Parts: sequence; structure tokens; C-alpha cells
Amino acid sequence: MSILKVNKITKSFGGLTAVSKASLELEKGELLGLIGPNGAGKTTLFNLLTGIYVPDSGAINLFREGEEVALHGLRPHNICKAGLARTFQNIRLFKDLTVLENVRIAMNKNIKYGFIPSFFHLPSYRWEEKQSIDDSIELLKIFNLDDKKDELAKNLPYGEQRHLEIARALATNPKLLLLDEPAAGMNPAETENLTKIIGEIREEFDLTILLIEHDMSLVMKICERIYVLDHGMVIANGTPEEIRSNKRVIEAYLGEDINDA
Amino acid sequence: MKKLIGLGLTYAIVQILIMTNAITGYLQATLVTICINIILAVSLNLITGFTGQFSLGHAGFMSIGAYVCALITMRVPTVYGFILGVLLGALAAALVGCLVGLPTLRLRGDYLAIATLGMSEIIRIIFLNMEITNGAAGLNGIPQFVNWTWLFTFTVGTVLVISNFIKSAHGRACISIREDEIAAEAMGINTIKYKVVSFTIGAFCAGIAGALYASYFYFLKPDLFGFLKSVDVLVIVVLGGLGSISGSILAAILLALISSYLQSFPEIRMILYSLTLIAIMIFRPQGLMGSKEISLSVFSKWASGLKSKRGRV
Amino acid sequence: MEGLLQQIVNGITLGSIYALMALGYTMVYGIIRLINFAHADIYMIGAYVGYYCMSFFGLGFLPSLIIAMFICTLLGIIIEKIAYRPLRNATRISVLITAIGVSLFLEYGTMFFVTANVRTYPEMTGLLARTIKMGNIVISMQQILLVSITIVLMILLQFIVKTTRIGKAMRAVSMDKDAAELMGINVDSTISFTFGLGSALAGAAGVLVGVYYNSINPLMGMVPGLKAFIAAVFGGIGIIPGAMIGGYFIGAVEVLVAGYGNSMYRDAVVFGILILVLIVKPSGLLGKNTREKV
Repeated sequence: MSILKVNKITKSFGGLTAVSKASLELEKGELLGLIGPNGAGKTTLFNLLTGIYVPDSGAINLFREGEEVALHGLRPHNICKAGLARTFQNIRLFKDLTVLENVRIAMNKNIKYGFIPSFFHLPSYRWEEKQSIDDSIELLKIFNLDDKKDELAKNLPYGEQRHLEIARALATNPKLLLLDEPAAGMNPAETENLTKIIGEIREEFDLTILLIEHDMSLVMKICERIYVLDHGMVIANGTPEEIRSNKRVIEAYLGEDINDA
Repeated sequence: MKKLIGLGLTYAIVQILIMTNAITGYLQATLVTICINIILAVSLNLITGFTGQFSLGHAGFMSIGAYVCALITMRVPTVYGFILGVLLGALAAALVGCLVGLPTLRLRGDYLAIATLGMSEIIRIIFLNMEITNGAAGLNGIPQFVNWTWLFTFTVGTVLVISNFIKSAHGRACISIREDEIAAEAMGINTIKYKVVSFTIGAFCAGIAGALYASYFYFLKPDLFGFLKSVDVLVIVVLGGLGSISGSILAAILLALISSYLQSFPEIRMILYSLTLIAIMIFRPQGLMGSKEISLSVFSKWASGLKSKRGRV
Repeated sequence: MEGLLQQIVNGITLGSIYALMALGYTMVYGIIRLINFAHADIYMIGAYVGYYCMSFFGLGFLPSLIIAMFICTLLGIIIEKIAYRPLRNATRISVLITAIGVSLFLEYGTMFFVTANVRTYPEMTGLLARTIKMGNIVISMQQILLVSITIVLMILLQFIVKTTRIGKAMRAVSMDKDAAELMGINVDSTISFTFGLGSALAGAAGVLVGVYYNSINPLMGMVPGLKAFIAAVFGGIGIIPGAMIGGYFIGAVEVLVAGYGNSMYRDAVVFGILILVLIVKPSGLLGKNTREKV
């Protein structure tokens, strides 16, 4: 059963077509990798899925509980509410807020009390606030960040900032989680730990995960299927083994190497 | 609890001082100015310090509250008229804040500042040309209802409501916009809604401040609410520290005292004011408090720090 | 019809002033992203320098203009050095408040020395006092002088920015300060030069306004300053031809609203235009849309 269908979306900036008629489909519960050389349009695709950019053409549909929700054209916060959460390639935490506050902001969509209770701190405020703190701490425990809940996000070490970003995304209670290079800048031990955590949260939260990653060994190890993007187009998709031996994929990567040299 | 005692004490002491005529005339006017500036600064802090939206139009919202309240109390010169005036004045300001806010909120930084400045100038020009507001000559003889009790109630009320709001999920949503608008959107925060909410609450409170101003100083003219008034409020907010409520209160008091001291040198008052402004920005751009709040524990720490220093000497 | 033509002539005259001032705003904003509120007061000081040159030292128009431009250049450079340079890496809001502080300082400092009274420029004599009549349209020599000096200055500016070494440096710094620095451009002196250049134009505008409208006072810069900034935004901030177009457009709108509508509302209309431009096309007439990289 598919959870997300992307049908021929295109996005260009000025003369440059960053994503060109890209289609992909995600099955519920799978861990899908998205790879491609630098500038292939991976992050742009993420930005299109999460509504930060609006596609020029094409459709993005999310299926949840048998219902079909069109995501293209929705504002990012509505896409998030529909069940799509993400992390950013260049960590975008709320730097000057505490670890706990970062997670609590992402939990806002559970808050039911209106403005009046917030002005006067009425009982509904007190009750829901306590609930949100408890839930946030529960979530932070998974990432071993609960004892650092009062530290400012910017003071965390790099690896923990990446963890906090995932925790924050999970706080929005997503069905589908998009991770943009979660292992970038991590050493092998940290990457190992991250792999473990991704596996754990996938089980625990019943998640479907789409992951952009440059670390090939990580992608080949944990992803069940992989899509390859080059020049904004999907040039291949299949299991890691299939991708490894795919000619067009090898060309795309070698081509980049030659240009770089 | 400590807070309540502190507030009650402040109210009682000032009330006794007024009753015993220890605070009269000019001092009383300074007191009123301080309270009005606290309301203005705290509400602008919500917009600029907490939500991160740079506004140079606070005087415009204030003027709406002032004129609406004045026009109502001049027709219904009773306490009920006054309360109605403050309420409707604040609501009118909030409505304009919301209406003007909606289209301009797509803008960021300097552009938003200039747009809000333009908006407040338009409001001023409209008041300047309306018959009911008596144009440039302004309104005179507005019934005076504001006394220390009203002033204290409204000041404490707005400060408490705004600081409560900031400590709620809605307040956190506003703060997340200041921190990173794109990340906030991606985490499910409707940034446009919260920007409008922040502008609306801010404008509402500025409207209250305007109404209090009209009812105490019983004279209004559009030029009182020009660009310089908005700058005055912004200066209080920045001096106190963007994102610090207690900083705003502290700065409002400090600036009022400095300004009343400088009254005796009218010709160099503005020169000193501008030089202070430049010096503060160069040497302490984060303001007095940064984004921290004063709490009683800070005082006790400070006191114990003093003690230990003295002990060493 | 003739009424309209007359309005257009007046609009072009006023527009020249806005355009000259808008150039300073746009160059400074382009290079350090600062709305230099003090720019309007440099224009005011230019007007005062011209006034003292003409009425106390009895100098002619041209020497007065040149002296005013020179003094304003120095003033612009000094302000940048003392007030803005220490804040190069500060937040936008603190730099903006500093600019407002400098503006207030110049206004009230000037007021302290020359009093708040309105001064009138000396009566122009000779050729400059003449007017030309074409049918019912009246064009004074002062208008012709004002517009032609504006055009000469604009051509000069284009020449400096487009062809000289320092002009290239200005463009480079406004595109990417760090990259320019790495390429061996002295960023500080380039920014100084930009302030000087903009201030010279503002000074010229001040003298021209004094000659044309006669009366000057220490707060004369505030409103035209805002309008000139709006002109810069309208044309696309940071873009030199944009500032010129914006200046003439705002001048024309203002004169037409005053002539055919309600003159009390002309400022409101200009601010309305600003808000409209910001909403419809914040990058201005000639600007390109840029978006934040995610």
C-alpha cells in the first residue's frame, strides 16, 4: 500500500530546471533512500514535498487511512499537519531556545486551548502544558537528550544537534519522515549510533522514512529501495543491489567525478 | 505569591504618596508617562522582540486608541464612557493592526519596518484631515478619568497578559518565528496566523496606552503620534533588551527619569538623547537585559554576591 | 492640457530632488544593507552650507554648490567611520537605531547652532531669476538649472560606477562583501567612498532645494528623506537607474495628487504606493526576486 505518490513534479528557478518531471512512490513502512550527485535536485525535491517551494507542475498525494490528501499547493505547516515531517541538511534548530522548547514547539499541533486560556493561564492551559512537557521529555529520552533538556540548542555538540532535529520532527507526530543527510559530518561511531536510532524510531512510531544521504555504505545498508536523481530527473530506482550495478547511475556519478577533477 | 505582595505594595505606596501630595503635578505626569510607555514597550516587544517582526508603526496603533477613546468620552463623559472608550479604542487599534498586518506580513526585516512606518504615517495623515478629529488643531478638553488606580490596573493587566501569552504554546509559536521562520513552518506552525496574532495583540495594547494617554493629558493632536513616537517606543524596547519583558519595564522607567531630568536643558535634550542612543548601540547592542528576565532569585544572587565581595574585603 | 504639462514640469523638478537623494539611499543600502536615516539630514546640512556660502560669504551659486557637496562628502565619511563602522557585524535593528540616532543628532545639533527658525535663501539674480513662458506653461531658469545639474550629476555617477576602478569595487562589495575582500578590494574604503558619493549628491540636492523653494529649516530633511527612500524602494533598492526612475515617479505622483486631488493627502498617497510596491513586488521595478536558500 503506498503512502506517498509523487507524479511528474517540476520546479525551475529562472532558466534552471532543478527538478524535472520527477515521479516516485513510497510504500507504507519502507525506508527509501534518495541519492544523486551534488546539485542533482535532492534537497529541492524535499523542499517541494514539504511545501517550502511550490511545484510548477505535477502532483503530490499522501494516503493516510485510505484517504487521499493533495499536498501540492499546501503551505508547509499544513503539510506538516497532514503527517509529513522533515529535518534540514544545514541544521535549522531554534538555536537560542532550549532543547525542551525546541521539541515543545513542534508539539504545538496537539495543543487545543485557545488564546483566552493562554492570557490568563486557565486550568486547561495548566493541564495541557504539563502534558506537553511530559510527552516532550518522553521523546527526548529516546535520543538520550532528556538530561540536557534545559541547555540551549546551539550549545549541543554537532551530533546531538542532528539527533535533536530528528526528535523535533518526530514531535509533530508524522506518518512520513524526511531526513536530509542525517549523517553528514558524523564519524563512523556516530553514524552507527544514528543507524540504530533510525531503525528504532521506525519500529516504535510506525514510520515511513525517506532519506537523502551521501554516505553510500549507510544508504546501501539500511535502505530497502533507492531512487537516484540526476539533473533533476529520476534516472533509476530499485534495491541497493540493482542500483549498484545500474549503468546510468555509475555514469552519473563518474561524470561528476570527471568534472570535479 | 511574592509577586502579588510586591504589586500590592507598589500600588499602595504610590497611592499613599499621591494622597499625601508627595507626588504632584509634574511627578505624576512622569508616572503616567512611565506606565503608558511600559504598556507600549511591552506590547512592541511582543511584536519585535518575541515574534521578531520589526515594526516602526506603534505610534499609529496608539493614536487610534487615543482618538477613539477621546471621541467617546467627550460624548459620554462618565466612567462607563471611559471604560467603553478604552475598550473600543483598543479594539479599533487591534482591528487596524490585523487589517494592515495581513498584507504587509509577507515582508521581512527593514522592508516590514518601512511598511509599518508608512502605515502609521497614513493613519496620522488621515487623522490630520478628518473633521471629527479636528485636524491639525487636535482635540481639547477630553474628560480626565485616568487616576493611579486605573493606570496601575491597565499597566499590570497588559504586562501580565502578554507575559502569560509568551509562556504559552501560542507564545512559543511566536518565538519560533523569530528563531527560524522556515523551520517553524516545517514544524507545523502557521507563521502567518501567529504574525497577525502578535500584531493584533500588540496593537490592542498600544490602543489601551493611547486611550490612557488621551484621558490623562486631555489633549490630542496627530503630530503627537509621528515617527518619533514610534522610535521612542522602539528605543525603550531595544534598550531594555529584545525579548525581555522586565527589560522593557526597566528601560521605560529609566528613560522617563533621564528625560525628566533633561527637561531642565531643553536645547540639548535631544542631542544628548541621540548621543546616548548611538553609544548604547555601539557598546551594548543587546540592551540592558539581553533576552533575560529579572526574577527575585536574580536579586538574591546579586545580594549574596555583594555580601561575599564585602566579606573578602 | 496645459495645466497637466505645467504639473509635469513641476513634477520633474521635484522628482530631480528625490532622485538625487534616492541615489544615496540606494547605494548605501546596496552596499551595507542599511537604511541610512541620517542621509536626509546630510541633505539638510547641504542646504545650510549653501545658505551660509551665499548669504554670508556672498559666493555665487556654483562655488556654493561645490563647497556644500564637499562638506557633505566629508560628513558622510565621518558618520560612517564613527557610528556605523563599529556596528558592521551587529544586528540590523541596532544599526538602524544607530542611524536614527545619528539623524536626530544632526537635526538637533544643527538646531542648537542655527536655531529652529526657518531661513530664506538669498534672492537669485540675473539669469537665474528669469522665467520662460511657453503658452501658459511657466518654466523658471531655476527649474532648468535644477534639472540639468541633476542630470549632469547622474551621468557623472554612472561614469564613476561603471568605468572607474573604485566603481567596480563598489559593485563588487555590494554583491558579496567577503568575496570582494578576498579579491583584494579594500572593503572599508569602498564603503567610505560610497557614503561620500551619496552624501555629495544629497548635499547638492540640499542646495538646489534651497535655491528653488527658498526656505530651509533643521527638520526639512525628514519627509523628503522618507519619500526619497520610497523612491529607491520603488525602483528596486540597490539599483542606481531604479533610484532615478523612482525619484521622478514619486515626484510626478506627488505633484499630480496635489494638483488634481487633495494636496493634504499627497504624502498618504506616496506611503500607499510604498506599501503597494512592497506587497506586489518587494524587489522594486527593476529588481530581481531573490529567495532564501533552504
